[in-house]
Amino acid sequence: MKFALKILPKPEVLDTQGRAVEGALKEQGFDLTSCRVGKYIVLEVPANDSEQALQKAKLMAEKGLYNPLIENYELEQL
Amino acid sequence: MKKVGILRFPGTNCDRDIWKSVELQSMQPEWIWYKQSFLPDNYDAYVIPGGFSYGDYLRSGALAALSPAMSCIKEAAKMGKPIFGICNGFQILCEAGLLPGALMRNEKGLFIDQWVNLKLENSSQWSPFSVGQIFKMPMAHADGRFFISEEGYKQLVDKGQIWLTYADNPNGSVGNIAGVMNEAGNVVGMMPHPDRALFSWMGSEDGLEFFQWQDASGVNQ
Repeated sequence: MKFALKILPKPEVLDTQGRAVEGALKEQGFDLTSCRVGKYIVLEVPANDSEQALQKAKLMAEKGLYNPLIENYELEQL
Repeated sequence: MKKVGILRFPGTNCDRDIWKSVELQSMQPEWIWYKQSFLPDNYDAYVIPGGFSYGDYLRSGALAALSPAMSCIKEAAKMGKPIFGICNGFQILCEAGLLPGALMRNEKGLFIDQWVNLKLENSSQWSPFSVGQIFKMPMAHADGRFFISEEGYKQLVDKGQIWLTYADNPNGSVGNIAGVMNEAGNVVGMMPHPDRALFSWMGSEDGLEFFQWQDASGVNQ
């Protein structure tokens, strides 16, 4: 079973990467309100039942794939 | 002779500097490979050097924090052993949850390599110095902006966990923070490099004394 783990810096945290990308896009003449850059991780988890697999993926996220002080995550089954 | 364990991960690069620093304090340094397990009592103290463990993949220090050696460091921290993380070592201790906060990309997005003045805000087990003392040493990092929530910052202030601050905040750290400690004061971390300020010919010798600690009864080691 495959899961997508989407990680973004929390809204209140300064995202230097997002700020740089936003600046570059604006210099190209694009009109945008904001840009945030995060991570996209695909996890393939061996399991028979999707609920069990989801729990495993969640555990991996919380073990350290994201840092709860500075990031939020979403987990989605692919 | 006191024995100091120095952790090494793939990508650690300040390990020899720490080795020398420990030797200069007439203590016995010993390498600890990151895959190695050990008992907390095997060493009198532990230092986690700087560098780029795991190439800073995922987040600086995040993968090193999951290593077997760090599980043992967590045990040692609980037992009150003195543990000192410098630069990447500080990032690893934060990622391992042994120190509060997180270290993010510098505010201006630049790798900053320069001399800084640091002020000791609160004494830890690692600093037999007086509060208010100023130290000059180099910083060299891209991911050194100390971040913590407002609530978290208040707690650091209330509990006296802010160890060192920058005189001129170079990287956008919350509260000018350059180093923090845990509540017990046995685990400390800082971004600048005392290991690069050991002799006057290096530009400063203020870092040398950082490789000392006090035991539980307050005796300097």
